[in-house]
Amino acid sequence: MNSEKIKILEERALKVREHIIRMSTDGGCFTGASLSCADLLVYLYSEFLNVNPNNLKDPERDYLFLSKGHDVPAMYGTFAELGFIEKDRLKNHLKSNDSIYWHPNRNIPGVEFHSGSLGHLPAVAMGVALDCKSKGLKNKIIVITGDGELNEGSVWETILVAHAYKLSNLTIVVDRNWFQANIATEELIPLEPLPAKFEAFGCNVQRIDGHDFNALDNAFRALPFGNEGPNVIIADTKRGKGLPSIEARADRWFCNFNATEIESLMQELHGHGKTKLESETLTVR
Amino acid sequence: MNYEQLIKETAEKDPRFVVMTAENRALVRSLANDKALIDKGQFFDTGITEQTMIGAAAGLALRGRIPIVHALATFLTLRAFEFIRTDVGIGGLPVKLSSFVPGFLSDGNGPTHQAIEDVSLMRGIPGMQVFCPADEEDMLLMLTDIWHSPTPSYVRLNTRKTDYKHDKNFTIGKAEIISEGHHVTLLVYGMLFEETLKAKTILESSGLSVGMINMRSLKPIDEQAILNVAKNSGLLVTIEDHFQTGGLYTILAEIFLKNRMTADVLPLALNEKWYKPGLLSEVLNYEGFTGEKIAQRIMKYTKENTSLRGSAKQSHPIESV
Repeated sequence: MNSEKIKILEERALKVREHIIRMSTDGGCFTGASLSCADLLVYLYSEFLNVNPNNLKDPERDYLFLSKGHDVPAMYGTFAELGFIEKDRLKNHLKSNDSIYWHPNRNIPGVEFHSGSLGHLPAVAMGVALDCKSKGLKNKIIVITGDGELNEGSVWETILVAHAYKLSNLTIVVDRNWFQANIATEELIPLEPLPAKFEAFGCNVQRIDGHDFNALDNAFRALPFGNEGPNVIIADTKRGKGLPSIEARADRWFCNFNATEIESLMQELHGHGKTKLESETLTVR
Repeated sequence: MNYEQLIKETAEKDPRFVVMTAENRALVRSLANDKALIDKGQFFDTGITEQTMIGAAAGLALRGRIPIVHALATFLTLRAFEFIRTDVGIGGLPVKLSSFVPGFLSDGNGPTHQAIEDVSLMRGIPGMQVFCPADEEDMLLMLTDIWHSPTPSYVRLNTRKTDYKHDKNFTIGKAEIISEGHHVTLLVYGMLFEETLKAKTILESSGLSVGMINMRSLKPIDEQAILNVAKNSGLLVTIEDHFQTGGLYTILAEIFLKNRMTADVLPLALNEKWYKPGLLSEVLNYEGFTGEKIAQRIMKYTKENTSLRGSAKQSHPIESV
């Protein structure tokens, strides 16, 4: 990707992060988990997926399923920046006059399916992949999971079946931010060596830096990685990426900042200073 | 025509239909080798993966397909419950659940295989319809409408053959009225239909006027049919191979409460217990669900209670509040 394109993506991702921060008050949201996959979503919807506000009913469009649904502020922000929804709608976060809440739902244009219960959308995405493959379509079906989500047995069950049906049109992207809800993954249910686990299940795997647009582009452009099974892209990311004061912290999964903190975090996002956080940490929601 | 032939014919006629199974091939065995259906993406065996099968069915339904999914009743409704509730239910998707060996039909398997809370669980999901055919003929009369309706549905599969000739007109939400009687009315669904018919004959031979209803559709329920027999019959008996909680007995309670009524109802169900495993005939006998035992239990109840004194018209057992 040329530097001009990367600059556009970086600026867009910065705006998406601003949206995430603004949604992290008056009730809050899963800030840490959203910031880790902002670059991934911005890249996919801007550069890779054949999905835009005008083709959401086209049966030959690409599909993206957000299985780790609590990071949906990153998706709302991306959709607002790319014209799927009006930016003003983000002000309706957690308001009963809209459907912008802590997990995705199909009232938001661009959301293919609701999620919130972990370990469901790999199977749903596989169903879509089965249908598309049976019709000979060339579209791509992407499902983004968290790394903590890999604790759910249904993820692995689905991979067994996807391998059996040689679904190379299906790609599982792991937002590998190294944390599950309350604790580092490796301290609770260790996942490494993660590529070997997926490979043992018949997947073709690439591991990349999930904040590097060039690396993302190289990996996704190389799909499918083979013809015998599903693809896996492990995107190594940082929880809370972009806000050093909450980056890689176990206690900043769900955040509900006060107004002063929000203003300071917006400065911090743009490289100015570090925020003194006084708001309560909500590690479980 | 049998179940497998009907499903094959349905799928061949309409490419939206897709047959899925979590390696429960008993009723779709030949389809697993039907190259034409497989090549058109109309048959998928996902292995022993009830959760993944339901999630994938939701995905196929998102693409406009109508999945008819097969698994053993317990594993379908219990192992995959959250996937049914969350993917199919919240999604409002037309996934058609075909449950194999529900209720007493898992006979010798033991309590792990006893789906006797399935009606309760499935009817609790918003938008889900629930059907319990009396026998193979009844089931084949019902399935085409069920499969073509736009809602998710749950069917207690029942391939048992009986001699009874059913009313060919099936409407979703309508019960089949077998007979009307003012002393007692037997309300039954599913495989206990046959034994209930026998019980009806025994009760009639002792001089009672006996009504009988094959419920067919438990959700939506035929509320009018139930209100009619509550008004015209002295005693109602609910007969079900299901926990007493959450099934037909509970449905009646809900209907009567909603209509500010009460009635004399004898529940024949599994009250806080799993059933003794064994051959089906052994199970029915042990648990008191043969025609003879059903009749005996009703006669015993009536001796200890006053519900059959005279006809309903005289005794007015229903009191409007």
